[in-house]
Amino acid sequence: MERKVVKVVMAKLGLDIHWRGVVAVSRLLRDAGMEVVYLGNQFPEAIVNAAIQEGADVVGLSTLGGNHAVLGPKVVQLLREKGMDDVMVIMGGVIPEEDIPALKAAGIVEVFGPETAIDEIVACINANVRQVG
Amino acid sequence: MKLVENADPTRQQVMQAIVPWTGRAHIIGLTGPPGAGKSTLTGQLARLLVKGGLTAGVVCIDPSSPFSGGAFLGDRVRMANLNSEPGVFIRSLATRGKLGGLSASTAEVIMLMDAAGKDVILVETVGTGQVEHQISHLADTTIMVTVPGLGDGIQTMKAGILEIADIFVVNKADREGAEATARDLAHMLDEFITGGWRPPVKLAVASRNEGTGEVWEAVQQHRLHLQGTGQWEQKRRDRLVRIMIDNVQAQALDRINRALEQDSLLQNLVRRVADGNLDPYAAATFVSGYLWQRQT
Repeated sequence: MERKVVKVVMAKLGLDIHWRGVVAVSRLLRDAGMEVVYLGNQFPEAIVNAAIQEGADVVGLSTLGGNHAVLGPKVVQLLREKGMDDVMVIMGGVIPEEDIPALKAAGIVEVFGPETAIDEIVACINANVRQVG
Repeated sequence: MKLVENADPTRQQVMQAIVPWTGRAHIIGLTGPPGAGKSTLTGQLARLLVKGGLTAGVVCIDPSSPFSGGAFLGDRVRMANLNSEPGVFIRSLATRGKLGGLSASTAEVIMLMDAAGKDVILVETVGTGQVEHQISHLADTTIMVTVPGLGDGIQTMKAGILEIADIFVVNKADREGAEATARDLAHMLDEFITGGWRPPVKLAVASRNEGTGEVWEAVQQHRLHLQGTGQWEQKRRDRLVRIMIDNVQAQALDRINRALEQDSLLQNLVRRVADGNLDPYAAATFVSGYLWQRQT
């Protein structure tokens, strides 16, 4: 009973229509023992509201639509404005190599490409997620 | 809420502090088979409430995987346009191994929303259909959402839902057989419900937001009925007692499990049962006697 369950809010950023990847990753995170709240398509404001209401430990953003450079950092910024700076933000999808340093500088903990093994994502979450509920 | 969900040690203090602030919200449970449209109807009701100047809390419960303990909570997808609505607070819960369609911390999350001043709290349970009676203990009004073509009236009797539901909604009423389903239900209700509140049967197409207003009207009538007959107060008293009993049971179970894991005498006993040297019934009687003596 007293174990801590990691709660992840997963969303597709903006109007991106590709859902297969984010749903597959959500299912694998569930199989790793996490509780995944799936939002579908949402913009940063709605994603951050949902993360607050759900008490999320992690926010996972999926994007294949090229909007990552603006909307990803926006999520981190809004979380910080709401005092939720201990929520870990990760991204996945098709994101050009050269954009990754800027995303990390903006506070995105990790960026995963389409070939990432799920174990790698799970390990990253476990290593970086806040320790207390 | 996070503290409460994860059984943090401060949970007790938090809950004790908020009890005096609870009891004002109208708690509405929505139950029914998977895919009946509970999430969609819940979302529509929440939107209607906010438009009417009320605030709403929404609790969505989905099953935890029995294998990994993880969960995929997808109800928010059906309520996507409520994410930015300031009057609505949505919380998704996983069942975490608890049967009966509710999560172990459902009562606590409802109480927190109640204490926070939400006017109405909508609780959407796991869509398994036949084991969700627990919601009727927590809710003031229980809505059973069903769809046409899910079997005849016998099915309804078997599930025991005639007894727990205060309002029936036949959703996806644009499909064939909706009228017949509603008629069947109404007949069954007329036959079995005697006196007091006769649950109304409403038709709805939640995906097109048809019938939501009628459902809400029925909810308000039920509330007036509860208040007029003193049941509104009675339900609040019963709820507190129920929470006490649930917690006593949970704490007892916790102690028993810990003793079985840690007490060397009991572990020895467990081994003997496993080896076939002691029958499990005799062992159980001994263990109960032993624990009871030691702890009182």
